[in-house]
Amino acid sequence: MKRLAIYGMMAEFDTTSDLVAAARRTHEAGYRKIDAYSPFPVEGLADEMGFHKNAVPLVVLVGGVLGAISGYLLQYWISAVTYPINVGGRPYNSWPAFIVVTFETTILFAGLAAVLGMLALNGLPMPYHPVFNVPRFAFATRDRFFLIIFSSDPKYETAGTRVFLESLKPRSISEVPS
Amino acid sequence: MDDRTDDVTVGSAPVIEPGYTFATVTDKISAIVLTRPTSVAWLFGFGVAFLLTMMMLYAIGYLFVRGVGIWGVNIPVGWGFAIVNFVWWIGIGHAGTLISAILLLLRQSWRNSINRFAEAMTLFAVACAGLFPVLHLGRPWLGYWLFPYPNTMKYWPQFRSPLVWDVFAVSTYFTISLMFWFIGLIPDLATLRDRSGNRAAQIIYGILAMGWRGSARHWARYETAYLLLAGLATPLVLSVHTVVSFDFAISMVPGWHTTIFPPYFVAGAIYSGFAMVLVLAIPIRKFYGLEDFITERHLQNSAKVMLATGLIVAYGYGIEAFMGWYSGNRYDTFLLWNRLHGPYHFWYWMLLVCNIGIPQVLWIRNLRSSPVWLFLISLDILVGMWLERFVIVVVSLHRDFLNSSWGMYYPTRWDWMTYIGTIGMFLALMFLFLRILPAISIFEMRTLLPQAEVKPE
Repeated sequence: MKRLAIYGMMAEFDTTSDLVAAARRTHEAGYRKIDAYSPFPVEGLADEMGFHKNAVPLVVLVGGVLGAISGYLLQYWISAVTYPINVGGRPYNSWPAFIVVTFETTILFAGLAAVLGMLALNGLPMPYHPVFNVPRFAFATRDRFFLIIFSSDPKYETAGTRVFLESLKPRSISEVPS
Repeated sequence: MDDRTDDVTVGSAPVIEPGYTFATVTDKISAIVLTRPTSVAWLFGFGVAFLLTMMMLYAIGYLFVRGVGIWGVNIPVGWGFAIVNFVWWIGIGHAGTLISAILLLLRQSWRNSINRFAEAMTLFAVACAGLFPVLHLGRPWLGYWLFPYPNTMKYWPQFRSPLVWDVFAVSTYFTISLMFWFIGLIPDLATLRDRSGNRAAQIIYGILAMGWRGSARHWARYETAYLLLAGLATPLVLSVHTVVSFDFAISMVPGWHTTIFPPYFVAGAIYSGFAMVLVLAIPIRKFYGLEDFITERHLQNSAKVMLATGLIVAYGYGIEAFMGWYSGNRYDTFLLWNRLHGPYHFWYWMLLVCNIGIPQVLWIRNLRSSPVWLFLISLDILVGMWLERFVIVVVSLHRDFLNSSWGMYYPTRWDWMTYIGTIGMFLALMFLFLRILPAISIFEMRTLLPQAEVKPE
């Protein structure tokens, strides 16, 4: 795909309420390829942008199930198949003794799945991203809130989008070079 | 103040003093790392801690040359300081996970100002703890034999042994704690990346922040992952000290073979962990001027947690003594008598004074809000909890079933050097952490401000 020279148009807001309201209006106006940036998680912001499918819980579930199965099978295979040791006539597959390690591997796999899955779904690590080309964006990790409409959005056109963003009464508007 | 921050103790001190904005919270916390010059006091503190770390490395080096014979361990007391210190350190770590995970699930937003350094404390304490069992192996360089991996000896670990469970529990705990701490840091690392004026710092923080930009989609997944991780860490932290207690409880030694051990160990772990949190938090808030963020509320709440867990521990001692009498088992009865009157009786009584007696002054509200008193009481609890593990390990072992195998345990200078050295390593890591990473979670502090709330249009 040919890379567009302009990545999008970004508006800056002062408060969480302004950002959430702006995200809602942008979504209502028919823009779909949008994103919002805030220095901390803002409740309901992703919903207003139309982001509802969060795959993290599924990834964690899969990780946990894999951890439980592989943890138990590891112990079963070691203790009952490849290295059986008879301790006082107890069964080789002495499952109550295997629960602890099975539990630990379940937590370990699920936890790793949560962290790595979250990073992978977010596309991190990402060394370069066009939004950082906007100098004011450095405040996105301090006290400012940003909304961007990507140029890949079918409704995007330089003049019209700027007029629309101005109607949201932002603090500033900048074009984001890619 | 939004209702989440005002839930438990209505009318008491706030979680964060009023008058702060997103910008001032950010600048105040990040300035500690970015602009504050390295003080003489920091250099002195770090220097002392570093020297103690060197002493530990010397003691470990000598251990590698001569073997565990340089320690005071022998039959019948084969565990000695190594296991005492292991349990003590790992217990201290538990408060960090309790604060970061369990209090998150319980929506205790006051945790937001202390969770970051409490998690760092967890990591460093577990790092200290992990040293001891490995050094105690006799051939520490073969420590990797504990893990199941295909090898030419065709040997595999024995999964019916609680010692193998412990390897899995502690290594999982360390890994999950590290993950939890690191993903909590990512947004703050991005803040440091954007706030730093130093090119090298920008690059290093930038690499660690992995390109975090605070996108709403990212935050949504981030919060889900963080919450699920908290949900996973909660049973994990309870299981870790349970498994540590299994190291004792699964055996047949009088004084160890009891069902009260898991809950009583977990409560003791949180007890000593909160004591360590206060021992760290009180000087940190003083020297870095963070009284607005770590307020009287945090001190009060931590003191209450210590009081509650301390009473659970007291109940544990009570049940141990009761069962020693009620079981009618001559060995259990003897153990109780031996604790009260045997050669180590002074330490048992000291343990009761330190862990049950003195902390009762926390019922007094004025003492709960006095940093100096809390600091001293916390130190007392740390000593008391160390004595508890000493009594559990040494007093139970030193009188075996037959008089012919009775003995005494005397720690050597190498035991003390290793133990005090780990305290030095722990403090050295804490000093470094305070200089290079934000000690308070900046983004979670922002969410506590009233401005963070979204007002309906």
